[in-house]
Amino acid sequence: MGRTFAVGICFVFGVLMFVQYFSPHPAARTVHRTVSEYWQIIFAFGLLIGVVAVLRSNLRQLRWGSDRPYRLVTLCGLAAMPILALVWGRGIDSPFMWMFENVQAPMQSTVFALLAFFVVSASVRGFRARSVPAAILLVSALLILLSRSALGSAVLPQLSDTAEWIRNTPSMSARRAILIGIGLGSLTTSLRVILGIEQTWLGRRS
Amino acid sequence: MPEACYLAPILLADGLFYIDKLATLLAAVISIAVVLYTTFHRASRERFRMREIAGLKSVDDAIGRATETARPVLFTPGWGGDIQRPTTIASMNILSQVAERTAQYGSRLVYPTHDPVIMAVAQEVAGESYARVGHPDRFRPEDIMYVTSSQFGYAAAVDGLITRLRPAAVFLLGTFEAESLILAETGNTVGAIQIAGTDSTIQLAFFIVACDYTLIGEELFAASGYLSQDRSIIASVRAQDILKVIIAIVVVVAVIWSTVLAATRSTAPAWWKF
Repeated sequence: MGRTFAVGICFVFGVLMFVQYFSPHPAARTVHRTVSEYWQIIFAFGLLIGVVAVLRSNLRQLRWGSDRPYRLVTLCGLAAMPILALVWGRGIDSPFMWMFENVQAPMQSTVFALLAFFVVSASVRGFRARSVPAAILLVSALLILLSRSALGSAVLPQLSDTAEWIRNTPSMSARRAILIGIGLGSLTTSLRVILGIEQTWLGRRS
Repeated sequence: MPEACYLAPILLADGLFYIDKLATLLAAVISIAVVLYTTFHRASRERFRMREIAGLKSVDDAIGRATETARPVLFTPGWGGDIQRPTTIASMNILSQVAERTAQYGSRLVYPTHDPVIMAVAQEVAGESYARVGHPDRFRPEDIMYVTSSQFGYAAAVDGLITRLRPAAVFLLGTFEAESLILAETGNTVGAIQIAGTDSTIQLAFFIVACDYTLIGEELFAASGYLSQDRSIIASVRAQDILKVIIAIVVVVAVIWSTVLAATRSTAPAWWKF
């Protein structure tokens, strides 16, 4: 019964959001605004559930002794940031902002910086000319790479035009073909969900 | 205003309709009609089956290997999407099938996510899958976990899980952004079989290089029907093929028409531009 009700709500709101997209009428705009606001409220409650889940999971595993140092750091961070914000506020010179700028932001930048090394290692594996398509990929990648460097453009002035052609013609057409597939896939998946054909998201086989 | 918009006064009388969205509405109505036809028309549902998709065919092998090596299976939907995104829904459908297999084989399934709503839905989906195959006792809700909403915090958390747990199979299916290659390369270093799929064409390139199998374009959305062999879902996937043919015809006609107009130095009529 509960799931039939959920499928019904999904259908009603799916149709409602589809119709409002095509209408500038104030009622349609109100529907859009209200649904968006409710989504934010639901997400806020969801975040609360997430925090409780993180807390429970880490406390339980801290007791069992698995990955204890990581659990402790997570729990300390989880407790410290709200306490700092509640006690000293979130102003520019607050301890909360100091922690954000000197602990969280550098850690995020560090993880992001790893990407450069991963790009190199993935490229080394991906650009081995083991077959004709892989060789075409390798040549295309080298041309693009050279066109972006000062040396490449100096040695071969036409390189920039060739690289642009690769990006705008074969690469773009393949990308658009994939995008059409993704768009159609999104459309049919959405329709299956709205019409109740697909109910796996409720935990039930369709 | 384009010539095709003579209906506009009726629709615009009370500001009921965005006339510039008429083409979008027409395309949407045609698409919906095709999907409904293929889904509910009996003959259409019974005559067709899906081609083999290597990435999905290897799901059983990947989970089987995890069972043999007593290592877990890691599934993550990426940082970029929320529960209302079709890619996330498609990812949930695959999770349901993967959870059934891990329940049957007795493998551990670990699911880290950046979104608490996705976590709640994934717990429900996986829990139901374990119960459906008769092993509700094997389901560990704590393994379906919210880690953080921060992009690189999420990447670091999943990287840490991959490094410590050394999963035998990694499923990267959902909406990924800059974290895609960080996760895929880490999975590669621990020797996991990796099956990936996303709706971002930029990240697809990274997955193709770093993963064993990549679901490209609509394959991610067809996965649910492929794995469950549900006829109504397979029929709706067929709608995608019909729509692709329609789009291809429109593109070819548009190219020929534009070429003719350019050759004769004529100007395109207003409705054509519309």
